[in-house]
Amino acid sequence: MSNQQKHWEKTRGLLFITLAIWFVFSIGIFLFGAEMNEVTGPFGYPWTYWFTCQGSLGAFVILIFWFANRQEKIDEEFGFSEREDE
Amino acid sequence: MKGNFIDNLPKVYGIYTGGFIGFIIIMAIAEQMGMTAKAIGIAFVAFTVFIYALIGWLSRTAQADAYYVAGRQVPTVFNGMATAADWMSGASFVAMAGGIYFKGYGYMALLVGWTGGYVLVASLLAPYLRKFGCYTVPDFIGTRYGGNLARFSAVVVLTVASFTYVTAQINATGTIASVALDIPFQYAVYVGLISILLCSMLGGMRGVTWTQVAQYIVLIIAYLLPVFWISNKMGAGFFPHFMLADEVARIGELEQQFGFVKNAAADLKSVPKGLAGITKAHSAVNATPWAFISLALAMMMGTASLPHVMMRYFTTPSVKAARKSVGWSLFFIFLLYSSAPMLATLSKLSLIDPNLPTGIIGKTFAEVEAIDWYQNWNQANLMFISDFNGNGTLELNEFFMGGKAVVLATPEIAGLPYVISGLVAAGGMAAAMSTADGLILAIANAISHDVYYKIIDPKAETAKRLLVARVLLVIIGFAGATIAAMEIQGILGSVIWAFDFAMSGLFFPLVLGVWWKRANRQGAIAGMLGGLIAGAWYLIWVRTGGSGFLGITQLTFGIFGSAVSLVLMVVVSLMTAEPDKATQKMVDDVRVPSGKSILGKSH
Repeated sequence: MSNQQKHWEKTRGLLFITLAIWFVFSIGIFLFGAEMNEVTGPFGYPWTYWFTCQGSLGAFVILIFWFANRQEKIDEEFGFSEREDE
Repeated sequence: MKGNFIDNLPKVYGIYTGGFIGFIIIMAIAEQMGMTAKAIGIAFVAFTVFIYALIGWLSRTAQADAYYVAGRQVPTVFNGMATAADWMSGASFVAMAGGIYFKGYGYMALLVGWTGGYVLVASLLAPYLRKFGCYTVPDFIGTRYGGNLARFSAVVVLTVASFTYVTAQINATGTIASVALDIPFQYAVYVGLISILLCSMLGGMRGVTWTQVAQYIVLIIAYLLPVFWISNKMGAGFFPHFMLADEVARIGELEQQFGFVKNAAADLKSVPKGLAGITKAHSAVNATPWAFISLALAMMMGTASLPHVMMRYFTTPSVKAARKSVGWSLFFIFLLYSSAPMLATLSKLSLIDPNLPTGIIGKTFAEVEAIDWYQNWNQANLMFISDFNGNGTLELNEFFMGGKAVVLATPEIAGLPYVISGLVAAGGMAAAMSTADGLILAIANAISHDVYYKIIDPKAETAKRLLVARVLLVIIGFAGATIAAMEIQGILGSVIWAFDFAMSGLFFPLVLGVWWKRANRQGAIAGMLGGLIAGAWYLIWVRTGGSGFLGITQLTFGIFGSAVSLVLMVVVSLMTAEPDKATQKMVDDVRVPSGKSILGKSH
C-alpha cells in the first residue's frame, strides 16, 4: 500500500470516530430524552435539558478542535502537512 | 501603525471594541441627561452602520482573489468570528430565544442542529474544499465532476437556497430599521439593503470579512450584556449559564400551578397575527424523539451544504487553518447559542412569576394595561392581553406575545435603561446584515464566476468580471428586498426552508465528491437536480394539504430530498462509466493537505 493510501486509511478511521462521537451527542442522547430528563444533571438542570442548552453544543466545539489536532498528527506522520511558505 | 494590516488585526479590533464600549457609555450618560429613547435608537443604528460602511470602503479592491476569497489570508480566529457573524442571522439573534420561550424542548432541536452541523463541515468538507482552491461552491462541483451542466446545476441549488434565506434577512434588517428609525417597513427594507450593499460592493469577500468581524463584536456584546445584567438584577445568579437551575425548576412549578388552559378557537381569533401564548412546558421533554432528531439532523446536514458558510473557509491561509477555523467559528457561535435558553428562562420567569415585581400573571387587567412597557409593546403589535374568562385577572393563557419580543422587550420589562434596548437593536441589525451580506455575495459570486466567466465568456478580463459581479450584487439585493417587502413567510420559516433546500441538492454531491472516487458527472447532476425537485415537491405537497410520511414535515423536507439525492447519485454513478484517470488523480490530490491547490491562485 502506498504512503498516500495509508494516509487516507487513517484519515477515514479518524472520520468514523469523529462521526460516532458526533452521533452520540446530536442524536443518541435524544433517543432517550424523556427518560434522561428525569435525572438531575450538571449545575442542577435536568440532564436532557442541559444537553440541548449547553452540553451537546460544548461537546461539538471540543470535538472539532480534537479532530483538527488528530488530523494534523496524521498529516505529519505521512509527510503531507503543508509547508509554511505554500 | 507599523506592519501590514493582517499583523495588526488584534490591535485594530481591540481599539474598535474599546471604541464601541465607549460609545455605549456615552449613550448611557446622554440618556441620564435626557436624550430621548428614539434618538438613542437612531444613534446606535446609524453609528454602527456608518462604521461598517467605512470598513467596506477601506477594503475596496480590484483583484479577483481579494474580491472572491479575501486574498486567502484571513487568520484562523478572525475567520471564526466572521463565520459566526455570517452564520448567526436575524433568526438566531431575534427569533431563537423567542422560539425557545414558546415551544421549549421541541424547538431547542435547532440549537443542537445549528451547532452540530459544524462537525460535518470540519470533518467532511471544509479542509478539502480549501485544498481544492475554488472561489465558489459550484466551482468545486464544476471542476470535480466536469462539464457546464454540473456547474450550472450547483448554481441553481445555491441560488434557490440562498435566495430563500436572504429575503428573510433583508426582512429582519427592515424590521429593526423600521423600529429604530421609526419609518415604515416598506422603506426600511431599502435602508437595510443599502447598508448591506455598502459593506460588500466595493470589497467583495474582503470587505465582507472585515465588516463581519466588526459585526460579530457588536452582536455578541449586544446579546450577552442584557442576559448577564437581567440575571443579576433579578438575583438569579451572576453567571446565568451555571446558575439558573432554580429558575428553570420554578417555571416548572408555576406551569403546574397555572396549567395549560386551551383557548377556544373563537377567542383566539381576536389575537393579532403572529402573537402566541405559552402552551408548552419549558424544560420538560415535549416532543417525540423523531420530531426532535429529524429537525436537528436536517439543520446539521443543511449547515454542511450552505455555500455562504462553506466559502468562508476558502479565505484561510492553509488547509490546517481551515480546520481550526471551523472550531473557532463554533466556539463564537456557542457563546450566543448557549445564552439563548438563559434569556428565554429569565424572560419567562420575570413575566409569569407573581412573586416578582415584574410578573403580570395574576394581576388585574387594569393594572397590566397601566404598565408603560405593556403599552409600548402592545402598540408595536408585539403584546396582547384579553380577558377570555371574564374574571378580571390575567391568566397564563390570556397573555400573548410576538417571538421577537423576548429579545427586544425583555430589557425594558426588567427595567434596564433604554441604552440597552438601543444596543440590542444595533446587535440585531448587525446579525441580519452580516448574514445577508454573505448570502448576496454567495449568489452574485456564483453567477458572475461560474455562469458568466466559466460558461459564457471565459476570456473576460478581471476588471469586467468584477464589474459583472458588482452589478449582480445590486440586482440580487434589490430582488431580495422587493420580495422581503411582500412579507410572504416569517423570518424563521424561510431560514429553515433554506437549510432544507441546500441539503436536498448539495449535501451528497459535495460530500461524495471528496469521499467517493467513483462518483461521476451523471450521478452528481441527477443527485443535485433530483434532490432539489424531490424536496421542493414534498414541500409543496405538504403545504397544499398533503399528509406527508414518516413524520417529515414542511420544516424537515430536506430529509426526503437528500435521501432521493443520495439514491439517484449512487445508482446513476454506478450505471455510467467511472470518472477518468485525471479526475481520480484530482481526488487523490484533494485528500492530502500538502502540494499545490487544484485550481490556480487566480483562475
